[in-house]
Amino acid sequence: MIQFKNLHKRFGKLTVLDGLDLDIKEGGIFAILGPNGSGKTTLIKCLLGMVIPNKGDILFEGKSVLKKWEYRNNLNYLPQIANFPPNLSVIELVNMVKNLRPKSSNEQELIQLFGLKSFLNKKLGNLSGGTKQKVNLVLTFMFDSDLIILDEPTTGLDPISLIHLKELIQKEKEKGKTILITTHIMSFVNEVANEIVFLLDGKIYFKGSIDALKKQTNNNNLEHAIANLISKQYA
Amino acid sequence: MLKILKYSFYDLMRSRWSYVYFIFYLLLGFVLLFLNNDVNKAVITLMNIIIVLTPLIGTIFGVMYYYNSKEFTELLLAQPINRKKIFMGQYVGISFSLTLSLVLGLGIPFVLYGLLKSTAIFNFTLLLVVGSFLNFIFVALSYNIALSTENKIKGFGYAILMWLFLAVIYDGIFLISLVMFDEYPLDKFSLIATMFNPIDLSRILILLKLDISALLGYTGAVFRKFFGTNFGMLISMSILILWVLFPIFRMNHKLKRKDF
Repeated sequence: MIQFKNLHKRFGKLTVLDGLDLDIKEGGIFAILGPNGSGKTTLIKCLLGMVIPNKGDILFEGKSVLKKWEYRNNLNYLPQIANFPPNLSVIELVNMVKNLRPKSSNEQELIQLFGLKSFLNKKLGNLSGGTKQKVNLVLTFMFDSDLIILDEPTTGLDPISLIHLKELIQKEKEKGKTILITTHIMSFVNEVANEIVFLLDGKIYFKGSIDALKKQTNNNNLEHAIANLISKQYA
Repeated sequence: MLKILKYSFYDLMRSRWSYVYFIFYLLLGFVLLFLNNDVNKAVITLMNIIIVLTPLIGTIFGVMYYYNSKEFTELLLAQPINRKKIFMGQYVGISFSLTLSLVLGLGIPFVLYGLLKSTAIFNFTLLLVVGSFLNFIFVALSYNIALSTENKIKGFGYAILMWLFLAVIYDGIFLISLVMFDEYPLDKFSLIATMFNPIDLSRILILLKLDISALLGYTGAVFRKFFGTNFGMLISMSILILWVLFPIFRMNHKLKRKDF
């Protein structure tokens, strides 16, 4: 479904992606992991067209995405930091994003799920960080797209919302969607992910199931297995 | 683009600062009319204020809006919209809302005072047109600076410096060069130098329409000959338009390879 081909990206002197090749098949939950600054967000932003690679190509559903924008109608993205125009109300924002995408949406169901009903007419500037993240989630999940990209989805969520989020992710997966997640919370990965993509030094260092990773690192605990991979970078 | 424009405009129209700006002009209009009792004189005083203030406010609003809506812009960038349209929508939204504050804020007191029956209507309209141009020019310039500068504080600093340069320092250099090269014919030079600064251009444009160019001496006569005619008016308006188009062009060029 997604192919990254020989992707290079440099920010000044810093090389973030260094000839990265990655093939993501349709369906399932992929966790993109790696130490801080390993290029997870850059990789995702390249796919979204927000960061323009120096070299290489990205194919989404068989077509190159570089310099295009129409393909984004078939993907949903949850950004890391939720920051919205402070003077708009929640419902206005939801309507605005709906207005921008010619697609049916099920925001009512999600608003109900995250208990946002009483916040609908409040201005976004007055909401707490966690509530903003819930609005962010509603905006991401309300469209029916084949690809869902979540950048640190758990930030600031209370336990109930976290449970709802996990259910939501499972539900989308059962519909046969492809979900990419970046996170640093290993228990979350352990619970939801089917496959792990581990980035190191701008390349794919490991790609496979959680079990394969545990086997390769001789470690039964995912957190330690990942730490094992990272520590190789420091060695 | 229209959708982004609509929401940027909507967002700004509800911000407190748009109202502060609007009320400032409203008060200014009323006070000037009551103190001057003469629409023509009020127009001159207003010109002096508008020519410095609109660029400053346009610059500050432009940079502030860009940096404050950065995360939201990222959310928009992930939607199926061309990035050019996002930024053009925001740009026109800011410029338009500032222009609305200016036109309504000054227009209301003047209309109430009986401007429509006065002879100053043309001058006053010119003042508003020039003020609107300055809004569009300086928001575009500040957007350019913000797009090229990752660091918020630096971006803010550069933008203010840009304003300071065009509003104050440029005139200083201009004056010094006039004094230094006193012995050479400078009318062509000063005419051209004026074109390179939108603030100067606007000021001269209005001054010459106000029939007080006799105060300006020989150079004034040359300017008068140029700007006073319809041809000169046309040229200077076109240059103001170029001052809008050029930064927009650079903005779009910059956007093509910008990482967010």
